[in-house]
Amino acid sequence: MSATAFTRTTTRHRRTRAAARGLGWFSIGLGVAQVLMPRVVAGVAGLRGSERFVRACGVREIVTGIGILAARRPGPWMWVRVAGDAFDFAALGSAHNVRRPASRALLGAVAAVAALDAGCANALDRIERRGRPPVRDYHDRRGLPLPPVAMRGAARKDFEMPPDMATPALLAPWPPVALRP
Amino acid sequence: MKALCWHGKKDVRYDTVPDPRIEDPRDAIVKVTSCAICGSDLHLYDGFMMGMESGDILGHEFMGEVVEVGAADHRLKVGDRVVVPFTICCGECEQCCRGNFSVCERSNRNKALADKTFGHATAGLFGYTHLTGGYAGGQAEYVRVPYADVAPVTITSGLSDDQVLFLGDILPTGWQAAVQCDIQPTDTVAIWGAGPVGQFAIRSAVLLGAKQVIAIDRVPERLGMAQAGGATTINCEDESVVERLNELTGGKGPEKCIDAVGMEAHATQSLDSLYDRAKQAIMLETDRPHVLREMIYVCRPAGTLSVPGVYGGLIDKLPFGALMNKGLTLRTGQTHVNRWTADLLRRIEEGQIDPTFVVTHVAALKDGPEMYKTFRDKKDGCIKVVLKP
Repeated sequence: MSATAFTRTTTRHRRTRAAARGLGWFSIGLGVAQVLMPRVVAGVAGLRGSERFVRACGVREIVTGIGILAARRPGPWMWVRVAGDAFDFAALGSAHNVRRPASRALLGAVAAVAALDAGCANALDRIERRGRPPVRDYHDRRGLPLPPVAMRGAARKDFEMPPDMATPALLAPWPPVALRP
Repeated sequence: MKALCWHGKKDVRYDTVPDPRIEDPRDAIVKVTSCAICGSDLHLYDGFMMGMESGDILGHEFMGEVVEVGAADHRLKVGDRVVVPFTICCGECEQCCRGNFSVCERSNRNKALADKTFGHATAGLFGYTHLTGGYAGGQAEYVRVPYADVAPVTITSGLSDDQVLFLGDILPTGWQAAVQCDIQPTDTVAIWGAGPVGQFAIRSAVLLGAKQVIAIDRVPERLGMAQAGGATTINCEDESVVERLNELTGGKGPEKCIDAVGMEAHATQSLDSLYDRAKQAIMLETDRPHVLREMIYVCRPAGTLSVPGVYGGLIDKLPFGALMNKGLTLRTGQTHVNRWTADLLRRIEEGQIDPTFVVTHVAALKDGPEMYKTFRDKKDGCIKVVLKP
């Protein structure tokens, strides 16, 4: 792979991971708002009287957000977000009259976020399927004249340990064992 | 002259600035032939270190030719080729006399500010905030070197710039990190961060006789270079660091741990790093100490932690109970560069170590702003950037 192609691939992967992190934080932010201000959120979403439902969705958002941010492989957690989007879309769709412009705007916003989530989840899947991008190979950059195994301890024969950096006698192994060669 | 100047977060510019001049009889002016971008410059670039002012000249890894010498400097002469350590030291105060050059009592000209921040001032540093003296740095065509009769290392052999440039910071920093561990032949040394300092810490640990060296990072190029130096590697994005370290040490943990990461730990797979990012975002914490926490947790009881990684302010949720109950020794500090330079220069001359292995990018000084981005984002396999004015 050429250096340019490598840079392009690496940049794409970084952007995908950055987008996933952004969506993770968005999920946590939305969840915190739903848990702390269920009445306000329910009002905006046209779900008055369903504050407990809104709060439960908030808990789901927080858990999903933490999952995305904390997981070594955030792809599956991103798909959980997509499923949550579908659930939200269904819940809002059943509660709203889709002929009203405001309702259509709200459902459109949820659909847009769902599309973003699905795109990101897909990209993460692709990264995980293809493995890590090829890298520049620095395996020949030893910096030592011989293989490391042959250089092990090479400096000990003429290095004088400064007394203020040596392990204090009180902390040295007891009974004294000959650890130094 | 031209220099790389800091103008704010992620804003480094190639500016025209006034030429430096002799301000004290012990000064010298050095015409820079090579300088480098250090990982700790990125803390300034990312805006995590306090005490920077717009227009400050960056850079603390540099070398060059002496072009002017103050009247009281009887050690250097015009034409000398020198590597300038990043710590400025007077050579006469109590700390310098003890070899603790990075905490020189006289070279920090903003002592009052530093006293208030850290309790007691530390040494002046080139190009590294007004907390450490606000001295102009070496990513420039010329630099004024205070106390030039003390620290600069004169190079008389025919070694190239790339072979000796790192004597000014990252080579002795990696070396001191390993020395502070008092490595025994039975020891496993785990090193967090396989950036330039981590790479030199790996080679130092090997040369000082560690039984096993383990490097932890998430950048594949760095891990490849770490393997070349003799380290077993752990990619912290793909596997659990604690589990793997325990696996590699028979469940006992490494005896010696080195934090070559510092305040900007990038771990994203742990709850504590999420917590740090959140607290940092609302300015309730300045540094992200994920590596410190992990080291304290995984280190073998009675082991040693060595911290060359730079921290700047306040950290939170440090498991001090574990640190205390496990009887761990914690060794920290900026590098006392001049303690090690003569010995390391000899080792380079003898061929025991060749520091050029770490250089991945060489560019002109005017390309510095772009190279800061390349280095920060680890683009194009970038591990170490050398700039030529």
